[in-house]
Amino acid sequence: MIINHPLLGPRDAQEFTYLGDAALIDRPDALSFPSTEAALDAFHDYLYLRDNPAGEHRELWFHEQGDRSWLVVTRNTVTHEITKVELARDVARAKGRSK
Amino acid sequence: MTQENRINGGQIDRTKTLRFTFDGHPYTGHPGDTLASALLANGVRLMGRSFKYHRPRGPISAGSEEPNAIVELRTGARQEPNTRATVAELFDGLEANSQNRFPSLKFDLMGINDRLSPFFAAGFYYKTFMWPASFWEKIYEPIIRRAAGLGSLTREEDPDQYDKGFLHCDILIIGAGPAGLMAALTAGRAGARVILADEDFRMGGRLNAETLTIGNHSGADWAEDTVRTLAQMPNVRLMPRTTVLGAMDHGIYSAVERVSDHLPVPAPGKPRQILWRIYSRQAILAGGATERPIAFENNDRPGIMLAGALRTYANRYAVAVGDRVAVFTNNDDGLRTATDLQAKGIDIAAVIDTRQEGDLLPGIRHLKGAQVIDTAGKLGLKSITIRHANGRSETLSVNALGVSGGWNPNLNIASHHRGRPVWNDAIHAFTPPTDGPRNLTAAGAAAGALSTHAALSTGAAQANAALEALGLKTHTADIPKAEDAPLNLTPFWYVHEGKGRAWIDQQNDVTVKDVKLAKQENFTSVEHLKRYTTLGMATDQGKTSNVTGLAIMAELTGRTIPQTGTTIYRPPYTPVAMGALGGRSRGHDFKPTRLTPSHKWASEQGAIFVEVGMWLRAQWFPKPGETTWRQSVDREVLQTRASVGICDVTTLGKIDIQGRDAGAFLDRVYANTFSTLPVGKVRYGLMLREDGIVMDDGTTARLGENEWVTTTTTANAVPVFRHMEYVRQCLYPDMDVQLISTTEAWAQFSVAGPNARKLLQKVVDQDISDAAFPYMACANITVCGGLRARLFRISFSGELAYEIAVPTRYGDAMIRELMKAGEDFGAVAYGTESLGVMRVEKGHVAGNELNGQTTALNMGLGKMVSKKKDSIGMVLSQREGLTDEKGLRIVGVKPVDPSQPLTAGSHFLDKGAAATAANDGGWLTSVVYSPHLGCSIALGYLKNGSAGIGDRMRAVNLLAKTEVEVEIVSPHFFDPEGERLRG
Repeated sequence: MIINHPLLGPRDAQEFTYLGDAALIDRPDALSFPSTEAALDAFHDYLYLRDNPAGEHRELWFHEQGDRSWLVVTRNTVTHEITKVELARDVARAKGRSK
Repeated sequence: MTQENRINGGQIDRTKTLRFTFDGHPYTGHPGDTLASALLANGVRLMGRSFKYHRPRGPISAGSEEPNAIVELRTGARQEPNTRATVAELFDGLEANSQNRFPSLKFDLMGINDRLSPFFAAGFYYKTFMWPASFWEKIYEPIIRRAAGLGSLTREEDPDQYDKGFLHCDILIIGAGPAGLMAALTAGRAGARVILADEDFRMGGRLNAETLTIGNHSGADWAEDTVRTLAQMPNVRLMPRTTVLGAMDHGIYSAVERVSDHLPVPAPGKPRQILWRIYSRQAILAGGATERPIAFENNDRPGIMLAGALRTYANRYAVAVGDRVAVFTNNDDGLRTATDLQAKGIDIAAVIDTRQEGDLLPGIRHLKGAQVIDTAGKLGLKSITIRHANGRSETLSVNALGVSGGWNPNLNIASHHRGRPVWNDAIHAFTPPTDGPRNLTAAGAAAGALSTHAALSTGAAQANAALEALGLKTHTADIPKAEDAPLNLTPFWYVHEGKGRAWIDQQNDVTVKDVKLAKQENFTSVEHLKRYTTLGMATDQGKTSNVTGLAIMAELTGRTIPQTGTTIYRPPYTPVAMGALGGRSRGHDFKPTRLTPSHKWASEQGAIFVEVGMWLRAQWFPKPGETTWRQSVDREVLQTRASVGICDVTTLGKIDIQGRDAGAFLDRVYANTFSTLPVGKVRYGLMLREDGIVMDDGTTARLGENEWVTTTTTANAVPVFRHMEYVRQCLYPDMDVQLISTTEAWAQFSVAGPNARKLLQKVVDQDISDAAFPYMACANITVCGGLRARLFRISFSGELAYEIAVPTRYGDAMIRELMKAGEDFGAVAYGTESLGVMRVEKGHVAGNELNGQTTALNMGLGKMVSKKKDSIGMVLSQREGLTDEKGLRIVGVKPVDPSQPLTAGSHFLDKGAAATAANDGGWLTSVVYSPHLGCSIALGYLKNGSAGIGDRMRAVNLLAKTEVEVEIVSPHFFDPEGERLRG
């Protein structure tokens, strides 16, 4: 596969390592829950309940043999067509993540 | 030998003679021959034995689809099994051998299987070897493996190199027949960067095998001219002997180029094969078509071939396979074999044409509505029996028979992305799927355009379509005049008469009878048919058999072929040598070897090295007179604890962390708190995965207000760095923090022992007295009068210890300087074994304890997980099941009888308890011999371990068959109060 890196242009997928669902970006804030039970429930869902679509999937790739950018790659899991590549940092910021 | 079957014409170089042997017999051939054509020229038709019944077989094709003529090439280390004689380019000195026969090809003892064939029908293995289950591994499988199987391996190392390479192009054209050549010409003239790849050593495809004309030239001459024109275009790369194996994603194709297979030995510096990764923007599949046979009784005798193959041998290789030939066909293309061979002076006994309609060939005995119902000739065809349209039968004496059941487009690559081939009623064959790989089109016979004119015009058209898609100027090509005859095929798949010993898949011995049996037992889906009968499973992957098998099943079940289904194809198109896939990544080059900065010095000392991940580390340093590793390790440990020892610890991962938010960042990635760490101090950190399990541990030093350096375990240097970048970029994108891996940038040495400070003070420029540089201090310093360095007062051994880091290029000088400075103290170098002994004596956890299943609580470090801040893994480390107060805890273990050695991996059992999983109390993780305690000691995880201190248990290892009575003790065997490291 070829991943069109937003900063570096088209790069071979062999330069990257794969992590998984980009929903990992939506990590809950551990200190925002009223009880330990509520935090455990939220983290359980966050870590273990993932969509596994046959079709479009947003996923995290790390340019390990390159510039070390984490990317959010929108890839069709059936055809392997890649329709969008973004810097994970930009995606995280757009979701309101900061420090 | 005389090449008695050689006729005039052909594309062979008669000015040169090549000598070769087959099964030890010497023969001759010419450049341009394949092994199969040269053997046929010498009258050798028997080239192999079939897989299951060991039936005598000869080639049925002249190409890569060959199921029968599978041979071993060369001898010695270069011996290569399971290669097709029909594509093996002949060279002088080639030694080839037949396979799957004993004692000889003509007399094969396993031929008895043919007599026993009623017992070996489809599903034989599934039905026969079901019972008893225990017989499978010991009796059935070894027997089957010996009886079946094809070629053999030499078990010698392949002396040749295999390379990997990368190519980029605008348009990749797969196949250099009329369609591919025309496409390349069109795209090349338009200025596109073109790669034209063909599996054959001579480009031209069927043009080389036919007597057809293009314009005023013979097809073969036109092909040769066109190749010459293309070779002069700088934007066109011609790749003969190159098989495109598969369509990968995003326009990437894999291909194998056989650079040196046609030479006895590769030229100096040249690889045998190259595995290419071709990046294309557009691709055109012009791979031609493969002829398919008709199944009839005993249709597998040497001498019975595809009709087109008979033409190839006559026209291209100047070989008459027989001197009295018949043709069995259901289409007009088969008739060409009769006319071509007759023009070469070969006697045509009859053309048996299953069709009732159509014109009769002039001057040839052309039998309409007739069928071949049986054949004779044990080791080669002698006669055929035919059934005339009027029901009369007749036996004809012939020694070659050409069979044509039509042509199947070579659409394989177009279905590599699971696209379903489409049935085409005009040519009664599958054509490429409409949902094939993106930017791949098909032209010529591969697209179902079977005439020469159609090949040329679709080649040009698809090239122009590709140029247009690329935004390049198209090129209006003159299409030279060529034949445009229809195939006129009336489907005819198998002759119904006979016992059903009519072969469909010759390599795997699948017959019409097997398909009938599969139908009878309700294995009617294509996938079941394949798996039940093994149809299409051999090295040829059913190139000549899949569609026929499917069509027969359709006929038997009263369905159409599209209703019955289709088979799709997976890469590779033809078999690939493992060597080509491995490339240069073999032996020591399989992965890089990383050497520590003190490696040269350690080699000079005679160190024994051990692989730690990619690193080679010194394991111990034997001294003269030491005969066992234990003697060396005991000495290193005792001398370190008595005076001072030095160890290279460069392999630990190092990550520089800088920025105003570095402390806050570390608080997030480590379970314990770092932001409160004062400048000039080091702290131990425990890193969790988000699921609460321990990921890694190490020390982090704060060298300045915003300047930190973290260490990781050797094994986790890369994953931890990746994880930290993930946390930084994906979770906390606005933190002011930057990371860089500096593992290779610093050479780092541990200096440990009571005399460590005295030794170091001799090389360090600053004061490192206990007052100036207390326990857990760190600083940027200089050594040897000005060289920048980092000093950390940390201890893994439990001794007064430091780690000193200098830029890597000074690592070799530093170890020599340290050892020189240590001479007064009798300093020793110690390796990973001594490191392990001292850390177990001290009760520090390492890889065996951080095994990806254990928690901070298991390690006795539960209190380190701060609940006051959010950190990765903090929440889920509180999961039920991970917080069991009576769960596994780290403990120390000693044998009650100090002379008894412990075994790592032993399980704890109560006295008298049976060695069952239910009674399992935990296990020993790390075992060392402690010269300090004079016995074997261990760390382990014990259920409710903290309450177990002082208990006596059994350490049982059922694999090593050991059982030792042990005492559970504190994991801190040595200096539990830590007085020494603070000294």
